[in-house]
Amino acid sequence: MSMKPELMKRMVKGPDGVEFEVEPLRDYYCEAPPTVMPAAYSKIVEDLFNWARAESLWILGFGTGCGAIEMRPLMTPRFDAYRYGIQWRPTPRQANLLVISGYLSVKTLKRAIRAYEQMQSPKYVVGLGSCTINGGMYWDSYNTIKRLDDYLPVDLYITGCMPRPEALLAGFTDLKKLIKAGKGEGANQYAENFAWYKANQKQVIHDWDMPDYNW
Amino acid sequence: MAFDWMKIPYSLLTLFIVVNYGFLLGAFIQKIGARAGRRHGIPVWQNYLDIIKNYGQRSSITHGVMFYLGPVFRLSGGVGLLLFVPTIYGSYMFSNLSFAGDLILALYFVFFGTLGMALGAGESGHPHAAIGITRGLSQVTAAELPFALAVFSVALQYQTLSVTDIVAAQQGSFLNWTLFTNPIAVTAAMLGFLGSMMRPPFDVVLAPQEIPIGPPTEYHSSYLALMQTNRAIFPIAKIVIYMNLFFGGADNWASFFLKVFLIYLWSAFVGVCFPRFRVEQSIRWFLIWPVPIGLLSILVV
Repeated sequence: MSMKPELMKRMVKGPDGVEFEVEPLRDYYCEAPPTVMPAAYSKIVEDLFNWARAESLWILGFGTGCGAIEMRPLMTPRFDAYRYGIQWRPTPRQANLLVISGYLSVKTLKRAIRAYEQMQSPKYVVGLGSCTINGGMYWDSYNTIKRLDDYLPVDLYITGCMPRPEALLAGFTDLKKLIKAGKGEGANQYAENFAWYKANQKQVIHDWDMPDYNW
Repeated sequence: MAFDWMKIPYSLLTLFIVVNYGFLLGAFIQKIGARAGRRHGIPVWQNYLDIIKNYGQRSSITHGVMFYLGPVFRLSGGVGLLLFVPTIYGSYMFSNLSFAGDLILALYFVFFGTLGMALGAGESGHPHAAIGITRGLSQVTAAELPFALAVFSVALQYQTLSVTDIVAAQQGSFLNWTLFTNPIAVTAAMLGFLGSMMRPPFDVVLAPQEIPIGPPTEYHSSYLALMQTNRAIFPIAKIVIYMNLFFGGADNWASFFLKVFLIYLWSAFVGVCFPRFRVEQSIRWFLIWPVPIGLLSILVV
């Protein structure tokens, strides 16, 4: 495992002349593993929340592959996903839906994991296009992952190469049904099988120079 | 002076009406903006859903005490602004907690939320938040200048610092409104108004494409929901001040809703017509156009 020099533990001299020790991976990130977040105590309240979650999907504006180009038309007059309560947020803190739009190279997987872990629970993952299901046309590539499900808990796949924006809208409608039925528990699934997911992630990411969990 | 306890539930009622009106109006204005772009835009009830969802998020993390207090300051800025000016003129129920010198307090509250936000966003430690709040503060300061000048001009004109007295002086005919008795001050204030509504051309601070969403980069879950609640209250509260100072106030809820909508529409109208300014451009614009007009209005009075 190679570590970037700026992430190494080192002594730093401050502007006032005091020397202190900096260990970026411990100081700047939280290493607490994710925990299973229980649903609201009362079923009625949880149903209300699930309904609101389904009708207010905030997508992280993060495009990973060629499928990202299919998401843009959704913001334009022709498809206008805002009608269905779907909005884009530029920061993972505020988003609750991560769309992996197409092939995921190992380098991007690292960023996708970090983005996913910074999102607040409950959060959902949609795999877009064949590449996220079995590798698609990149099935024998040396540098892309084949099954997204091994690395992140996927709630829904939208098939096609590429799926059209209409297919995305249909997929989001299905995702809404899943969430309303209380089946959108990907975040808890991730927390329960955390060790398994991390092992899979580390198997493909060879330069793992980040903490195991960085929210 | 005996405190009238009955004012508290009445003020809460005002707050309740304004929050709901703010949610609906905000979505409605967004729909108008979307229609100008040939879209349908969000449903008018979308803001309620977003709020419920954000309050219903299961996890949230904190970056420290100020990070938590930032949205609280912001919300109290909005609520305070609303509660210290009379919402409906001549109504005992909805005159809120207004008093003789409330104009100065209102000016202070307009700025209060932004300052609280600066502290909170600074604590989050995210560089985008720090850049965003720097830009936001400089732009809001530039936009406040013409408004403050216009307020002084109006205060000089009516020889009072009480919003209620200023509204009272404008009653009778619409020709008594400050809009017609002191058009220069109103021009300066309405140009400054554009800068604080977070709509184009002055929305670069919160622009998602620039630095991801600016000051609230790190805010999420219930923190964000608090700030969204304030996004509903604050513009309305600010418009109430404008309405009281320049457009004769409102003596019933119907004219209140109409006037607030029309003043809000002004910023939306400018927003869909003009592209976005960069921060230095907008500050230059504020200093070149509205500020001299504001100075002129004081000289004329």
